[in-house]
Amino acid sequence: MTLSEINVESLRAKISRRETTARAVVETSLAAAEELNDTLNAFLQIDRAGALQRAGELDAAGDSEQPLAGIPIAIKDNICVRGLQTSCGSRILGPYHAPYDATAIERLNAAGAVIIGKTNCDEFAMGSSNENSAFGPVRNPWDTSRVPGGSSGGSAAAVASGIVPIALGSETGGSVRQPASLCGIAGLKPTYGRISRYGLVAFGSSLDQIGIFGRRARDIAAVLGVTAGRDPHDSTTADVAVPDYLAEIEGEMKGARIGVPRELFGEGLDEEVRALVEGAIEVYRELGAEIVDIELPHAKYCIAVYYIIATAEASSNLARYDGVRYGFRAEEADELRQMYRRTRDEGFGPEVKRRIMLGTYVLSSGYYDAYYRKAQQVRTLIKQDFLRAFEQCDAIATPTTPSVAFLLGEKTDDPLAMYLNDIYTCTANLAGIPGISIPCGLSVEGLPVGFQLMGAYWSEPQLLRLAHAYEEARPFNARPRVFAAARH
Amino acid sequence: MPITESDIEKIAQLAHLEITPEERQAFTPQIAEIVAYVEQLNALDTSSVEPSTGGLTPEGERTDAWRDDEAQPSLGQKVALDEAPDPASGHFRVPKVL
Repeated sequence: MTLSEINVESLRAKISRRETTARAVVETSLAAAEELNDTLNAFLQIDRAGALQRAGELDAAGDSEQPLAGIPIAIKDNICVRGLQTSCGSRILGPYHAPYDATAIERLNAAGAVIIGKTNCDEFAMGSSNENSAFGPVRNPWDTSRVPGGSSGGSAAAVASGIVPIALGSETGGSVRQPASLCGIAGLKPTYGRISRYGLVAFGSSLDQIGIFGRRARDIAAVLGVTAGRDPHDSTTADVAVPDYLAEIEGEMKGARIGVPRELFGEGLDEEVRALVEGAIEVYRELGAEIVDIELPHAKYCIAVYYIIATAEASSNLARYDGVRYGFRAEEADELRQMYRRTRDEGFGPEVKRRIMLGTYVLSSGYYDAYYRKAQQVRTLIKQDFLRAFEQCDAIATPTTPSVAFLLGEKTDDPLAMYLNDIYTCTANLAGIPGISIPCGLSVEGLPVGFQLMGAYWSEPQLLRLAHAYEEARPFNARPRVFAAARH
Repeated sequence: MPITESDIEKIAQLAHLEITPEERQAFTPQIAEIVAYVEQLNALDTSSVEPSTGGLTPEGERTDAWRDDEAQPSLGQKVALDEAPDPASGHFRVPKVL
């Protein structure tokens, strides 16, 4: 099977026409996951028995109307799948096995998707390189000496290397779009409240959202269509109708207005990345879209705002890991507080501790107004910038990341330099708007570059339409060095 | 005011983290650098700006998230205890509190 055939619709068509079976598709995917895991470390658990059983049941049930019937999918290991592990890339969850399915998982199962395993990630989704996983870093399929991005690096690498056509990740500040960009695939962060977070382990609750990886916009549309919508188990899901994203994905670019915030194309942006992203914007002009200059005057403050709000919320959310109800407990503590402290010291890695402490500091008495309240106010200004910009344009185009994938170990000693990777992505999380990253070429060294489109609340149909139009005009069919396609 | 090692020790205590002296030494300049970076926000006058207190969209704000207060099935005692590091007689056992 060729690269362009590893997608939801091709696989569905082959299963429907009985050219293959769900079991054969899933077996291929499992074999690729097992074979490539020594190289990529993308999976923390591969559920061979469960996946094959499920695929067999789907085959036995016969021709299916389910949109994802027999399609293998990988799930980030901070989303609960009943019976499988949920480690969040942390030692503190020990051998935790989820006793229930996340709502997104329930909906994927109902659509016929087959979960083949749980993917590696930065501990509690805190990181931009996947090097903060307690179980070792994921490696980039384009160059295994480089990071895949993070925090959803395992899901991104699994799709990029052709193991699965689709995967779920999660975003707090760019953890789907950034690894999608560094791995040469598409990644969507939906509007806040679009996909239920019931069963997603909490990090920064006013920012967190489940996101979707695919090689193309059509596959992301298929997954979004079945996972989106109101869920009584998550009070932040909004009562907004779920469109038929696939039915709406074709469309004219004439009349579309793409906003470009020129001030974000300056300092700190790699020259090659800038040139490729500007080339992508030119493609929209050629397709008939209007390119308009816009301003996001407060976007430059996003990292400062993000690292106050996200760490404050994390320090509160991660208070629950105390060695009492689940997961790891430190030995040899003879009183309760000592047990809490030792469990958390031995269970959490350095980045998680750093963020818990930073969050505790910005919320502490005497500093709350100076840091936390201030950040909430600047968050309002960032939101207002977007609301104003969307009066002038339908979507905003920027780079997804300031550079191509960096080397493993390159930024591990400098947390602030690592945080600056999120400079183009975390504004969308702070504003609650959707964003998608789409591959737009390779650097001279052969590493993928992505560009980002952000839209107004609930504008996923437009973003997917724009992404699809770009893919049709400039198909990205380059293949990473580590690739599973030969097996299909 | 620059962050000192004793500030870091105090924050760690508030966060129920028992950090080692080596961690304290490593974290102090890192957290100080991040705090210095976020202080760039002080350049902005936000005296008349309402803080954003959550992530909801206007449609999310309007969504009725309430349900009737009726008991619904839950995990149950056995499943809830299955993942506990030290379950005992239907409870979570912990070291002595006092």
